[in-house]
Amino acid sequence: MISSSWTQVPAPPGPPPMPAEGFKAPGVEDFNIPPIFEGIPVLEWFDKVSIQFIVAAIIVYLFYALATKNAKIIPGRLQFAAEKFQGLVRDQIARDNIGPEFRRYVPYLVALFAFILVNNVFGIFPFIQFPSFSHPGMAYALAIVTWLIYNYVGIRKQGFGGYIKLQTWPPGVPWAVRIVLTPIEFISNFILRPVTLSLRLFGNMLAGHLLLLVFIFGGEYMLTLADSLVLNILSPFAFLFAIVMTFFEAFIQVVQAYIFTILTASYIGASLADEH
Amino acid sequence: MVQGSLNMVGYGLSAVGPGIGVGIVFAAFINGVARQPEARGQLQTIAFIGFALSEALAIIGLVLAFAI
Repeated sequence: MISSSWTQVPAPPGPPPMPAEGFKAPGVEDFNIPPIFEGIPVLEWFDKVSIQFIVAAIIVYLFYALATKNAKIIPGRLQFAAEKFQGLVRDQIARDNIGPEFRRYVPYLVALFAFILVNNVFGIFPFIQFPSFSHPGMAYALAIVTWLIYNYVGIRKQGFGGYIKLQTWPPGVPWAVRIVLTPIEFISNFILRPVTLSLRLFGNMLAGHLLLLVFIFGGEYMLTLADSLVLNILSPFAFLFAIVMTFFEAFIQVVQAYIFTILTASYIGASLADEH
Repeated sequence: MVQGSLNMVGYGLSAVGPGIGVGIVFAAFINGVARQPEARGQLQTIAFIGFALSEALAIIGLVLAFAI
């Protein structure tokens, strides 16, 4: 579901660059947002993205704190929504993927799903309109937490040697295949898992946001700057498609949060699995 | 004159394989649900994990396109 992305490379030194006319496609440099607190000692570490991160954590916390404050047997609306969400993660993600010991990992998975979902929806939320995970560092942070958790629970359950053996030594493989298979399994399970986990989220958010930028800036260019009447008349279609893509983005954002959570659960499940 | 990076062409080519793979994964998922609708929950989990595994190739391609 990765959409292709556009980029503007720095112009090569040889021939002079094209004169700056016509439409300049938005690129990755549009994601460099200016700092908010320039020059203030500690506050300058906070830019829009890290503030969004904190706000998302507060939103998730407040939602669950409010929903469970006066928990009743017959739930109200808010409590019902919170229970439904928690039940979805518990039954469809944790129980199916982790196995009998799923119960202790449900809180992490629920928090992860809700946090990623809120951060992603910031991408199409009016006046914020910037997905936090279109900066890769934010996605790395979550992937590192997941990596630590699934390795820790695996080592605790199987012991260090047993865990390494479980992850790199699949049973019933002839030795000639093992020479190739064991390094591949090692790289795949310990290095590529967190990398793909974070970059999948980052890539989807970056590409989706770029897609919206292309349609909206393109529509604006066609409407206001272009000289041709045909382009002026056609510009509403660009805006219309931007709206359609916004709904598609909303879908992708939910799916990406779901995939991140389900993969976390499946990695934890693989670490806990008994040898067959 | 066309300007740009050849990496992007390479990334486009490398996205073909995962695209086909993801298509096959979801085709199998739809087939499975059509044959046995009550297995939908289990199949959905497997389908998304398979989707994520085949998509990993596209992600590696994306990284190499920007990194090299």
